[in-house]
Amino acid sequence: MLRMGDAEMSDSVLSVRDLVVEFHTRHGALRALDRISFDIGKGEVLGVVGESGAGKSITGSAIIGLIDPPGRITGGEVRLNGERIDNLAPDAMRKIRGRRIGMIFQDPLTSLNPLYRVSEQLIETIRTHLPLSAKQARQRAIDLLAEVGIPAPERRIDSYPHEFSGGMRQRVVIALALCAEPDLVIADEPTTALDVSVQAQIIEVIKKLCRERGTAVMLITHDMGVIAETADRVAVMYAGRIAEIGPVRDVIKAPLHPYAAGLMGSIPSLESDGETRLVQIPGAMPRLSAIPPGCAFNPRCPQVFGRCRVDRPEPKPVGNRIVACHLHDAQISEAAA
Amino acid sequence: MSAFVEVRNLRRVFDVSKSWLERTIEREPKRYLTAVDDISFDIAKGETLALVGESGSGKSTVARMVVGLLPPTRGEVAIDGVSMHGSDGARDRRGLRRRIQMIFQDPYASLNPRWRVDRIIAEPMRAFSTEADDAACLARVGELLRLVGLDPADGVKYPHEFSGGQRQRVAIARALAARPEFIVCDEPTSALDVSVQAQILNLMRDLQDQFGLTYLFISHNLAVVRHMASRIGVMYLGRIVEIAPPKQLFGAPRHPYTRMLLDAVPDLAMSGRKRQGVAGEIPNPINPPPGCTFNPRCPLADDRCRTEIPPMLDGVACHAIEEGRAAPARIALPA
Repeated sequence: MLRMGDAEMSDSVLSVRDLVVEFHTRHGALRALDRISFDIGKGEVLGVVGESGAGKSITGSAIIGLIDPPGRITGGEVRLNGERIDNLAPDAMRKIRGRRIGMIFQDPLTSLNPLYRVSEQLIETIRTHLPLSAKQARQRAIDLLAEVGIPAPERRIDSYPHEFSGGMRQRVVIALALCAEPDLVIADEPTTALDVSVQAQIIEVIKKLCRERGTAVMLITHDMGVIAETADRVAVMYAGRIAEIGPVRDVIKAPLHPYAAGLMGSIPSLESDGETRLVQIPGAMPRLSAIPPGCAFNPRCPQVFGRCRVDRPEPKPVGNRIVACHLHDAQISEAAA
Repeated sequence: MSAFVEVRNLRRVFDVSKSWLERTIEREPKRYLTAVDDISFDIAKGETLALVGESGSGKSTVARMVVGLLPPTRGEVAIDGVSMHGSDGARDRRGLRRRIQMIFQDPYASLNPRWRVDRIIAEPMRAFSTEADDAACLARVGELLRLVGLDPADGVKYPHEFSGGQRQRVAIARALAARPEFIVCDEPTSALDVSVQAQILNLMRDLQDQFGLTYLFISHNLAVVRHMASRIGVMYLGRIVEIAPPKQLFGAPRHPYTRMLLDAVPDLAMSGRKRQGVAGEIPNPINPPPGCTFNPRCPLADDRCRTEIPPMLDGVACHAIEEGRAAPARIALPA
């Protein structure tokens, strides 16, 4: 389950190792991502959560090679089905985007061109990546729209994006992301702009399609509820690092990293009686220019001790998860002794 | 019940027509959008009434009418017996203004970026002359900053020097400056991260206990509302469809829309409950369906629902419940 060893690496669709992204500014280099590692298996949904500025979206952009300058990957590697993709030339990367990695962004309006009919956009994308005739591509586009739950797709396909509602537009974007049968879909806050009743429909569509096609999904969101419903495993990010990664049920019900625990406790629950106070993490996430030495979470951590302020905790396997926290180091060494 | 805030049959219609020239060329009639339609509720002193609903349901329009930022098309808002909008009572209203404050969603937009924080917080005191002199004002600013968990020395800073959560604390300090009794909060934590949201929600509850504040709390987040409210009104297309205390609303939701909404919320509990397929989306409010506005999405809709608007009876506005066609559902939530 840990997907750490080389033997298991082969069945990972996506494998990220020690990825570092830095932004070079006049005031020196800012590390937006600091040596993060994770894998996503076939048909698996990995949720990536964290608060704003934790580095969730940068992770997505780094994988598809779309980091805007002055940001760039300065270390580590990204492999798609075992093949390195972080050092590809822009042309080669363009062939991978859309074909082997599909993308779904937060705002469906910015992912669709308002001046073209949905049919034109879908058919263009399909024909760019797959050797199909215009007619075959149109049929495929209609099938895809039906699959993502757009009623009467043969009529709706010739509409413009503005003629769809927000939820329907996001379905079109999902169809667009899936049209070349990618191995991996990166969904960056796919439901954040939608109302809850529509959000539930979209989550259902993403889950169903990935289950049926065996597509690996990286689901980036700040909404733990969405993760709980959708993901198989979850990575909790903090200040450009992964604090904890493991099966979604374990991480939500019994988080090991103090930040993950604070995050779960601070979410109001539908089952709360309204009497209990929410868990409060004092302070706020540090700026990239002022990440403290040692563990990035140490100034806010209720269980901080001497070592946390000096040594950066390395991600270590604890049971079926990987946790970057000295507290759990100590437990391991105690158990070993 | 001694209602502190009384809202009766509130209605607000917006003119959303195109310009006169375009209308004439395209031979289109004027178009109206009924954002809020026939809403009534009371809020007792010290209570938190929450309004939840999806976008376009009219929550924020209600909030703005209650504080007097927007005149209603019809209906009345009375706070402590004083009408907020009538032609008479202007003098009473002036006294009332001090007692009502508002906290907005976006702490980046609601604070003047050119003013220092101490001036922002002191503005209500100056406007209502609540403090004797400038020295008293300044002392109170320091006291308020401490109250909301900031450093009194932060008063000399500008809003851009603060994070989102800290700005919302400044906005809360400003709202408290004139010692109000009633605070209308329009999505106060929607722009914030969850850990910061928890800080702000806890702070708002503490302040309520300390000063006996009355809140009207607007949010789209059901879990937040459950945490904060003593009563919850669920809005759909400009109307309140159900109003109940949180225990009742979440334990035994009655209106089909409430049930659908609760079913749709992704939950951390991961109880593995089977979701009911949620059908459809909110219709266009410019041209709402006749009868009960929820009827096109409702599994229980019949001919009466498609023609007749259901009245609010015993906290729920639904023909199916009135006729006993729908048994109140218990959602299996672990206690």
